[in-house]
Amino acid sequence: MSYQWDFSGVWSRWDILLVGLVNTVKIAAISIVLGVIVGLALAFLKLSTKRHLSLPATAFIEFYRNTPPIIHFFWFYYALPVVVDISLDPFVAAVLALSTQSGAFYAEVFRGGIVSIEQGQWEGARALGMSHVQMMRRIILPQALTRMFAPFVERSFELIKTTALASTLAYADILYQAMLVNSETFRPLEVYTTIALMYVTLLVTASALSRVAEARLTAYR
Amino acid sequence: MTDAILRVTGLHKSFGDHHVLKGIDFSVAAAERVAIIGGSGSGKSTFLRCLNFMELPSLGTVALDGREIGRPAGGDGARYYPEAELCAVRERVGMVFQQFNLFPHMTVLDNVMEGLVTVKGMKRAAARERAAAELEKVGLGAKFDAYPGRLSGGQQQRVAIARALAMEPEILLFDEPTSSLDPELVGEVLRVIRQLADEGRTMLLVTHELGFAYHFATKVIFLADGVFHEVGTPDEVLKQPRQERTRAFLARYTEFGF
Ligand SMILES: Nc1ncnc2c1ncn2[C@@H]1O[C@H](COP(=O)(O)OP(=O)(O)O)[C@@H](O)[C@H]1O
Ligand SMILES: [Mg+2]
Repeated sequence: MSYQWDFSGVWSRWDILLVGLVNTVKIAAISIVLGVIVGLALAFLKLSTKRHLSLPATAFIEFYRNTPPIIHFFWFYYALPVVVDISLDPFVAAVLALSTQSGAFYAEVFRGGIVSIEQGQWEGARALGMSHVQMMRRIILPQALTRMFAPFVERSFELIKTTALASTLAYADILYQAMLVNSETFRPLEVYTTIALMYVTLLVTASALSRVAEARLTAYR
Repeated sequence: MTDAILRVTGLHKSFGDHHVLKGIDFSVAAAERVAIIGGSGSGKSTFLRCLNFMELPSLGTVALDGREIGRPAGGDGARYYPEAELCAVRERVGMVFQQFNLFPHMTVLDNVMEGLVTVKGMKRAAARERAAAELEKVGLGAKFDAYPGRLSGGQQQRVAIARALAMEPEILLFDEPTSSLDPELVGEVLRVIRQLADEGRTMLLVTHELGFAYHFATKVIFLADGVFHEVGTPDEVLKQPRQERTRAFLARYTEFGF
């Protein structure tokens, strides 16, 4: 093949791509934090012995786990305004889509971590006179955290990659900015190769950070 | 007896339609030491666990210092047990488990401090002092910073005893504390329990160590078919049992005696 690689058009527009990178990191970070909150709430609801709490949580989780992620983006952006009289800007709609869908997956990660703690730990804590909240906070969650960590990181990486769907709502993430650059340079190979490498760099960095965190969490083993 | 710290009246416990405890009346006075023996699956653990509400009684009442725990709910003898009340009971009635149940993510010292800080709201410095004293007492003064996973079974069980003792319970429940230990580690745990007996503590012990039960207990209970089949002094129950069932049970333990 005699293709002549030419990155000059991409290099000269690096500031456009940088904006995209910053926006991708921003939306991913916010969605992870909100997703954790949604996930914790869903996990505790689903763990409840009261069916009017556990059933809706289960339904929510199953709905999100069994629909394509892009539907949630379209739903919050195009469909929700039909129901309620507000239109969300692309950023808010994308954050809602990302944090609810990741929340559904995190919920299963958190619940799995909690139920994996041996019966004896609950009993040891309870026998000391701990309340349910004290037991969760001091005994169960700290141990569950170490077991949740790997699947949590895996889900978070999924989320980071899924942020690219926000570009379909015209949110200025890496992919959207890349499409801008592409429309100016007509160099799709260079443009999309560049942003693929940006994603790789982002995820490899996140992965390194997560390994440091994991080593600290599991120090007692 | 009017000086009972803990009194159980008409205690029944079922799991689904499996009726495990079938009407038990029982009381413990201060400084009494009760050994509970019986076949596997006879309900010894269930009985002990009803005393600190790790299991909720299906019927009947448990009273501490004459005050019944929980309150009637519905007319059929069922009771409602608020969490706060059960937590308060468990502070006063400590428990040591067969499997130790130490917290693996905390050091030995933190395990013993945990209840003091989290449940009793004690300042860390004071809790550390008390925990250290309890660990010294069970012979683990050199292991403060070790994690439980690094200790032998006997050492872990002694930490668990220190953890229960630190809460200054009025009654201590031991559920087969040496059953998961290698034979050579049983002695170090039994010596600690005997030391507690010498201090005049009130204790209930489920055990298969009949020799230890004989020397340890002020009262021995043989549990079978969900009821107290025979109750008496160690001599009465272990040396001159009156019930055929008790004799048959004891015979299995002395079958290979020498
Ligand atoms: N949580 C539970 N759910 C259902 N059955 C139980 C439970 N705990 C104990 N049992 C049953 O109750 C009976 C008595 O158990 P347990 O008190 O552990 O006996 P022991 O301590 O004397 O060996 C057994 O048949 C056991 O299977
Ligand atoms: Mg048992």
